[in-house]
Amino acid sequence: MTNSWNDIKNTDLVLVMGGNAAEAHPCGFKWVVEAKANNGAKLIVVDPRFTRTAAVADVYAPIRPGTDIAFLSGVMRYLLGNNKIQQEYTKAYTNASYLVKAGYKFEDGLFSGFDEGRKAYVDRSGWDYEFDEQGMAKVDETLQDPRCVINLLKAHVERYTPEMVERICGTPKDKFLKICEMIGTTSTPDRTMTSMYALGWTQHTTGAQNIRSMAMIQLLLGNMGMPGGGVNALRGHSNVQGITDLALLSTSTPGYLVLPTEKETTFADYMKSRAFKPIRPGQTSFWQNYGKFFVSQQKSFFGAAATKDNDWAYDYLPKFDTGYDTLKIVDLMAAGQMTGLFCQGLNLMMAAPDKTKVQAGLSKLKWLVVIDPLETETARFWENHGEYNNVDPKAIQTEVIVLPTTTFAEDEGSATNSSRVIMWHWKAAEGPGEVRSDIEIMSDLFHRLKTAYAKDGGAFPDPILNLTWNYSNPRNPDPAEVLKEINGYAVEDVPDPADPSKLLLRAGQLLPNFGVMRDDGKTASGCWIYTGVYTEAGNMSMRRDASDPTGRGVFSNWGFAWPANRRVLYNRASADPNGKPWSERKKYVWWNGSRWTGPDVPDYAPTVAPDKAVGPFIMNPEGTARLFARTALPDGPFPEHYEPMDAYIANPLHPKVTTNPVVRVFAADAKAFGKPDKFPIVATSYRLTEHFHYWTKNAHTNAVLQPELFVEMGERLAKAKGVKDGDWVEVTSQRGSIKAKACVTKRLRPIMVDGKPCDVLGIPIHYGFVGLTRKAHPMNVLTPPVGDASVQTPEYKAFLVDVKKTTPPAQSPAVA
Amino acid sequence: MAVTRRQFMKVSAAGLAASSVGALGFTGAGEALAAGVRPFKLERATETRNACPYCAVACGVLIYTMGDRSKNARSEIIHIEGDPDHPVNRGTLCPRGAAALDFVRSPNRLKYPMVRKPGSDKFERISWDVAMDRVAKLVKEDRDKNFIAKNRDGVTVNRWLTTGFFGTSSQSNEAGYLTYKLVRATGLLGLEDQARI
Repeated sequence: MTNSWNDIKNTDLVLVMGGNAAEAHPCGFKWVVEAKANNGAKLIVVDPRFTRTAAVADVYAPIRPGTDIAFLSGVMRYLLGNNKIQQEYTKAYTNASYLVKAGYKFEDGLFSGFDEGRKAYVDRSGWDYEFDEQGMAKVDETLQDPRCVINLLKAHVERYTPEMVERICGTPKDKFLKICEMIGTTSTPDRTMTSMYALGWTQHTTGAQNIRSMAMIQLLLGNMGMPGGGVNALRGHSNVQGITDLALLSTSTPGYLVLPTEKETTFADYMKSRAFKPIRPGQTSFWQNYGKFFVSQQKSFFGAAATKDNDWAYDYLPKFDTGYDTLKIVDLMAAGQMTGLFCQGLNLMMAAPDKTKVQAGLSKLKWLVVIDPLETETARFWENHGEYNNVDPKAIQTEVIVLPTTTFAEDEGSATNSSRVIMWHWKAAEGPGEVRSDIEIMSDLFHRLKTAYAKDGGAFPDPILNLTWNYSNPRNPDPAEVLKEINGYAVEDVPDPADPSKLLLRAGQLLPNFGVMRDDGKTASGCWIYTGVYTEAGNMSMRRDASDPTGRGVFSNWGFAWPANRRVLYNRASADPNGKPWSERKKYVWWNGSRWTGPDVPDYAPTVAPDKAVGPFIMNPEGTARLFARTALPDGPFPEHYEPMDAYIANPLHPKVTTNPVVRVFAADAKAFGKPDKFPIVATSYRLTEHFHYWTKNAHTNAVLQPELFVEMGERLAKAKGVKDGDWVEVTSQRGSIKAKACVTKRLRPIMVDGKPCDVLGIPIHYGFVGLTRKAHPMNVLTPPVGDASVQTPEYKAFLVDVKKTTPPAQSPAVA
Repeated sequence: MAVTRRQFMKVSAAGLAASSVGALGFTGAGEALAAGVRPFKLERATETRNACPYCAVACGVLIYTMGDRSKNARSEIIHIEGDPDHPVNRGTLCPRGAAALDFVRSPNRLKYPMVRKPGSDKFERISWDVAMDRVAKLVKEDRDKNFIAKNRDGVTVNRWLTTGFFGTSSQSNEAGYLTYKLVRATGLLGLEDQARI
């Protein structure tokens, strides 16, 4: 989230699209109710299904799954065409006035530089600004030049008329225009809109561009950095934010740094593309500090073994040729190219798309280690469960080792919620049997490996032998000591740069903030954005002061929000270029004549005066936010509507380029996609309010509340298929088929797409062949093995199926 | 008068007993009944601040355990409820979080290390020492065999691609950081979690 759960109460308009907060995030959704009750806010819900969030909305509009970019581009067209944009904000705080190179083009569904053979934009040189001799981006403050970003954007979204939106999305024109009008009201400086989204936006082959579309709308409206504004990812697991920050992701390292590629053969090469020199006069370009964060991290990982002479142990890090994301790992497994796999609290058999492929992949492993507090389908993938998992154990040669772990209640440490607030939790009891914590298990594995490499040698033992693990109890480190290491400390005395006769930090001192970090090895920090969470003043994540003196919902002394305890990101933008609040009603951070002040920590250098014209988006070398993304994403500097890979129609905008042209399709999956002649129904997956992913099917109350798999279908579809509520149906996609009970409902109605009714089928994700719920076919039998072009999030939210009435499963599902 | 939550519950229980019985005309019986009301069991419990394990709202919860936490006694979790002081959830929980106790006490909790041998149709219980020794051996065997020190162009790449690691988004930051450190130090690139699936 750019803002926070509590901040939602400051909003005037909530757009829930790509999520269903009332059911999936009920206790966060109460802040929407609060805004409606006490701030006069309205709620818009755009969803294929009439959800419980929709039930309390002021306006609900249906949309065909996978068409959000068309809808949002139509909103942009409306805002630009009806002058419903925050003009001064857009001009001063975005790249609206920047001139784009003549090499940039968009024609027939393709941006410039596309290579048909390689299915990639190989020449993206045109996706950039014109630069002057000093390397500064050229701008036209009058916004008259047709190559200005804002004019190119206008031209790009011009095709998304309300009629086109209705044709693609199936959203009735009157509803769409009503929503545009409501959104447009927040372009005034005294009103804001908040965007709340979840997997309904990310799980598409255009996932990252869905979110970009909303970011662009919020920039046009002047809603970024404002109380009650922002783009807010609701997010799934209790610590998914923390684990993302700490980079359990193929090509990342903690704090949003990036692993080196194999082309960056030396540390100097690596740093070349990370110089981040400002490209507008006087800008901060905060990533210029990248080297300090990177070197401090290497010192944290490898201690004395990371020296200037060995480029801070640069070669201890693996260099990647390509990303090894979930889909890629599964593909390699299925191709028999992997030996082993760890699943630590991740139920891959359920969580990855195309269960048949996952099953085949696991069966080809030599070994699998499952670390989990619960029984999972993954640990039992080799076990025969009748038609729900019809395998022959004798034929599966994978060795499976299961290691039982503690749960949240039996464990101590910090976790980061989706508002970026790091909060400590305390251990309540010991776990059952012989369970161990993840910390103890990883420490045990580390010591066994270290001992073996020290004794017997082996492939490149250096990083393992030199890995820092200097905790008081290295076999089971105290989480508090680990959080101190993440925060960072001075490796040796650090002199004060202003007065070298004084000490800024003494050796061993915890770092107060990331501003003191150095690239000379004198400081160490595991994750720079977390610096400040554990200082000499104590463990800030333990703070539990629930006071909020300004009533803005800031709660500065409750836990610690990264970065720098800042609760609303980009909050300098809540004031105008002169440093005055855009409006008294939305006053948040402002210039008081000598410094920036307000209820929150300014996202800005605290004493840089407004007349220095430093932009509020300090992470970008422009100092402004990007309506035009340059080369940040692989599938275009502007978002464009492409159909899901299981395409329901030919793309009305450019039938020759129907789907996202740079989506990665593995050779093994060339025939994995369905066509509407055989699979004429659009399916989408979703979550029930009574269940959490694949865990709560192991919890008694939840299993009682929602005991079995069903699929939700509209009355029209049910009638056409001769299905009554409670009948068994078979749902088939190009990947496979499942049986489930039908839930015939008014919540799903046909959506008029391209003038014809489109039926949508909804499938909850929670059921499998392990648990206290009735056994079921995992629904990921149906989903396609393909991901977002930018980050490879699987396309779970829009795929094609057919459905027919059937008989109950041969083996009547009983409680497992 | 400052009233703690517990005192308030106690007074309310007594008041309820008194009023309902008193309304029926049994004067004096109310006090007798109130005196017989069992003490609120959470009074004897230890309260621990924690967070709901499910979605990223990460609602504050209070976990109540019985047991004095002495070294030779095991505490038992008897109740979990929303933390009324938490600024986000203000004491509320959803149908998932409200049943979190059933996750902790699930009959499907794994309790012991186990192994399923190739071709076998069952798990067998093993000791932690045997399990971890085996895991370390399998890891080292594959890493030593398939570690790529240099790519085809002779560039040092120090990567290991034949083993993958799916980490969990439900572990603490500290466990996640240690997982990251160890896994990366081996050169493993196939490291993922639930963040983008």
